[in-house]
Amino acid sequence: MKRIVRNHKVRNFHQAKWDEPIIFELHKPGERGVEIPQAEAAIESMVGDGISRIPDKMKRDTPPALPEIGQAKVLRHYLRLSQETLGSDFNVEIGQGTCTMKYIPRINEMMIRTPKIMDLHPLQDVSNAQGILEVFYKLDLAMREISGLDKFSFQPSSGTQALLAMASIVRAYHDSRGEGEQRNEIITTIFSHPSQAATAVVKGYKIITLYPDADGFPDIEELKKVISPRTAGFVVANPEDTGIYNPRIKEFTDLVHEAGGICYYDQANANGLLGVTRAKEAGFDMCFFNLHKTFAAPHMCGGPATGALGVVDALIPFLPGPIVEYDGTSYDLKEVGDLSIGKVRSFHGVAQTVLRSYAWVRSLGAEGLRQVAHTAVLNNNYLYHKILKIRGASAPYVKGNRLEQVRYSWEQMAEETGVTTEDVTRRMCDFGLHYWTSHHPYVVPQPFTLEPTESYSKEDLDEYINALQQISDEAYSNPEIVKNAPTRSTVHRIEDSSFDDPKEWCITWRAYLKKTTPSE
Amino acid sequence: METRRKASVHPYIPNMIPEVQRQMLDEIGVQRIEDLYDIIPDAIKMDRLMDLPPALSEFELKREIDKLLQKNKGANETINFLGAGCWQHFIPAVCDEINQRSEFVTAYAGEPYEDKGRFQSLFEYQSLVAELVDMDVVNVPTFDWAQAASTSLRMASRITGRTEVLLPATIDRDKLMIIANYITPQLSYQLVDFNDPSGELDLEDLKAKVGANTAAVYFENPTFLGTIESQGQQIADIAHAAGALSVVGVDPSSLGVLKPPSQYGADIICGDLQPLGMHMNYGGGQAGFIATRDEEKFVMEYPSRLFGIAPTIVEGEYGFGDVAYERTSFAHRETGKESVGTQTALWGITAGVYLALLGPYGMQELGQTIMQKSQYAAELLAAIDGVEIRLQSTFFKEFVVDFNGTGKTVREIHHQLLAEGIQGGKDLSEDFPGLGQCALYCVTEVHAQEELETLAAAIQRACTSQVKEEVQSL
Repeated sequence: MKRIVRNHKVRNFHQAKWDEPIIFELHKPGERGVEIPQAEAAIESMVGDGISRIPDKMKRDTPPALPEIGQAKVLRHYLRLSQETLGSDFNVEIGQGTCTMKYIPRINEMMIRTPKIMDLHPLQDVSNAQGILEVFYKLDLAMREISGLDKFSFQPSSGTQALLAMASIVRAYHDSRGEGEQRNEIITTIFSHPSQAATAVVKGYKIITLYPDADGFPDIEELKKVISPRTAGFVVANPEDTGIYNPRIKEFTDLVHEAGGICYYDQANANGLLGVTRAKEAGFDMCFFNLHKTFAAPHMCGGPATGALGVVDALIPFLPGPIVEYDGTSYDLKEVGDLSIGKVRSFHGVAQTVLRSYAWVRSLGAEGLRQVAHTAVLNNNYLYHKILKIRGASAPYVKGNRLEQVRYSWEQMAEETGVTTEDVTRRMCDFGLHYWTSHHPYVVPQPFTLEPTESYSKEDLDEYINALQQISDEAYSNPEIVKNAPTRSTVHRIEDSSFDDPKEWCITWRAYLKKTTPSE
Repeated sequence: METRRKASVHPYIPNMIPEVQRQMLDEIGVQRIEDLYDIIPDAIKMDRLMDLPPALSEFELKREIDKLLQKNKGANETINFLGAGCWQHFIPAVCDEINQRSEFVTAYAGEPYEDKGRFQSLFEYQSLVAELVDMDVVNVPTFDWAQAASTSLRMASRITGRTEVLLPATIDRDKLMIIANYITPQLSYQLVDFNDPSGELDLEDLKAKVGANTAAVYFENPTFLGTIESQGQQIADIAHAAGALSVVGVDPSSLGVLKPPSQYGADIICGDLQPLGMHMNYGGGQAGFIATRDEEKFVMEYPSRLFGIAPTIVEGEYGFGDVAYERTSFAHRETGKESVGTQTALWGITAGVYLALLGPYGMQELGQTIMQKSQYAAELLAAIDGVEIRLQSTFFKEFVVDFNGTGKTVREIHHQLLAEGIQGGKDLSEDFPGLGQCALYCVTEVHAQEELETLAAAIQRACTSQVKEEVQSL
C-alpha cells in the first residue's frame, strides 16, 4: 500500500451541489406529503362538513396553488438544500466577524427538544411552567452578575429588537420626566451596528454619528461638541467592530449623564469581556447581550434569537412586561406597571434559546466564562499578527492589541492587483470557508472582519490564515482565479443585475413565472 | 497504560492547552493573556471572579436540566384550550427533521454561494406563502404577527404620507401594546368598535373615524375573538375611498378554506407563521410574515430581507440573492426602512416545509377539521346551563365562551379545570371588561372528540360546583 501524500496547504474542497429544482417543480398531482387529522364520525354527523357555515363571500373558491409532493420527496429536497448550506458546524467560521460564531454545544440542542419545552403554551398557568420560569430567573441572575446591572428581560428576540426596546425606554424615561419633547437626539458611532441608528429613528430620534479619531477611537472632543440638552441617549458598542476598546468609555458615559442623557451599551457581542469588565463600571444604564452570539445559542439562518436586555434599578419600571419574579417558593410572571413601554414582542421571547444559554453558562461557571473571554482575545491577537504578515492586508488605526475581533483592509491588494474584498468573499467559498466584509458604509476601505472566538484551535486558525495567504498569492500572480470564483461552491457567479430592477426582480416563484413567460 | 490527570481544558475551548497558549503568546509577543487587556483601565476591570454557580460537566448538566424541566407540564400532559396568538397544531415530523438539521441550525449570514440552500429554502417559503395569500411578494419573516402588523402599518404610512391608523377593537391587547410602542411617536391609532353580538367590525364607527389622515385600516380575519369578518371588501372599499390602504392580519391555517384577503381588497397582508409547523415553545415559535403585490411602491417600503431568484453565469443554474438591498438599514443605517437584523428565518424555512407537505388539499382538510372540531366543542359548551357562545358570526378555531350566566368567574372555573388536568382558554375578563366573564377557547385538529367531551363535562361540574373557592395564584 502506498502512503497517501497529504501536504496541500488549503483544503481540497468542493461543496455539495444537488442542482435541485424549485419546490413547485416537484409537483405531481395526487401525491401528498402528510395526512391531516380528520373529525370523528360523531362530530361530522353533528356539525356537518364545518365549512358550509362560512359565509359564501368568505369561502376560498380555488385551493391555494401549492405543489402536491410525496413525503420522501419533500424530505429529500430540503435535506439537499441543507447540504448546500454551510452552517458554522461545518466550517471554521471566523469570517463572520461581529457575530461570534462559536461552537453550539450539542447537549443544549438535545435538551430543548423535549415536550417539556416544545409543548408549553406561553399563557398556561404558571403552576405548570415553574421549570422554564426558573430558567428565565436564574439566567437573569447570572446576567446581572455578568453585567453589574439589576434586572434582565428576555423578551426582545434579537439585538435589533433589544435596541428598539432600549430606544423606547429612553423615550419613556424622558417622557416621564416631562423632557420627552426637548430630548430628541441620540448619539452613536459609525463603527456600531446599523440597527443602533435605525431603531432610534423608529422611535423618532435624530441621529448624531461620531466618527473615529486617527487611532480609531470614538472622538471624545466630537462628543463634547454634540452633547446638549437635546441629548436623549448615547448608544455604543465597546469594543466596536474594529475590536478596539475605548479606554475612555467612562468619560463618555459621565459626559452624557451630566447632560441628562441615558447611556445604553450594545453588548450583542461581549465575548472578549466576560468576567473582565462590565457595563455597570463603564457607566451604562442599560445593555443587551445577544444570546445567539456570546451565549452560544445558534443563529438558525437568522433567528429566532434573543437580545437579553438589562437595566439599572431606576429603569426597571420601564421594562417590557411581564417579567419573571421569585418570592422564595415559586416563580411568577409580573406586569411591570404604568411606566412600562408595554411589550416589544409577543409573550416572553424565545424560551428555548433562553434555556440554551442558561445551560451554556452552567457548563462554564465563572472561571470558564473568563477563559472564554481570554481565549477569544488570545485567538484574535494571534490571527491579527499572522494576517498582518499577508501581502496586501492591513488593519487600520491603532497598532496595539485588539480584543475579540479586527476589521482588516485589502486596500493595498486591491490597488496593486484589482482584486477586491468581494472577490475574496467568493474565493473563500472554494476552500469551504465563510468570509464577511463589513457593515455599510465601508469606512475601512476593502474591509473584512474576522472574529475567531474561543471555539477554534490553533490549527483551525492556521487553516483560515492559509486560505487568505493563498488568495493573496493568487491575487498577485493570477488574479483571474480570484475574480472568477467561486468554482467549487454550489453555484457560480450570480448575475445580480435584476435584483434592483422592479421590472426584473422575482421575489416569488409565481412572480418569476409571470416575468419570464416567453413572448409570442 | 498511559493515564492523564483530570482534564483542565474545557471541551468547548481547545486553546486552553498551556503549551498552545505559550506558543501563541510568543507569536504575538506578549507574556500573559492579561497583557492583551492592557487598554482597559484598572478602575473598570473586575478584580474578582464572578459569583456564579459552579461549572457542570455535560453529564451533570443534563441531570440538572432534566430535573428542572420536570416542573413543566405542557400540552402533552394536559388538555390545552389556549390559543390567543400561539396555537397547538399537529406538526409533521419532517418539519422537525429539517429545522433540526445542523446546517440550518448553525448557518447565519453566508453568501448566496456557500449558503445557496438557505437562500433557496427561504425563496421557496416566500413563494409558498405567496400562493396561500395570493400575492406576489412575501418577506423573509420578522419576529411575530405583532411586528409584521406594526411594520405593515408603518409601510402604509410611508406609502400614503399619512400618520393615523385604525385598528379593530377586537385586537389582542398584547399585540396592541407592541404596535402602540412600535408606531409611536410618528403614528397614532384609534380603535374601531365591533358589533356585539355579531363580532363584525362596526362599519358606521369605521366611517366616522376614517379620514384624510388615515394611512391604513387594519383588521383581522379571523378576529382575535375568533369570528370570521365577512365585510372585508366593504372595509377595503371604505379605506380606499378615503385614500387609505387596507391592511389585513390573517391566521394562515385558515387559508385552505377562507378566502385570502387579497381577494377582498387587501393591499398588505400580515400574520403569524407559528401555526405552519412550529411548536409552541412557550411562545418561542412565533414568526411574522408580510405580503403585498409586486409593485415598486410596496416593495421599496419593506424593511425586511427579500430573496430573489436569478441566473448565474452557468446556463441552467438557479442563483439567489437580496432584492433591493439598498432599502435596508444594513445598507443605509438610519436612512434605511425601519431596521433589519436577525429575525426568524428558521421558522420561515419550516413554514415552507409545512406547506410543501400539506399541499393545497392538506390545507383545505386542515381548515375543515378545525372548523368541525371547534364547532362541535362550542355546541357542547353551549348546552351547559348558564354557558353561552358570546359572538354569533361563524368562527374559525377560536370562540368566546361566556360564563356570565354561571355566577362564577372564569378564574374560578379554570382553577377547577386545572385540577382535572385541563388548561382552559384565555381569560378575557381583564382585557375585554365589556364582555364580563368570558374566555377565548381554541380548538384545533389536535383535539380528539373524547377530549372535547371531557372539557364539557369538567366545565359542567365546575359551573355547578357549590364550592366557591378562594382562588390564589398557584
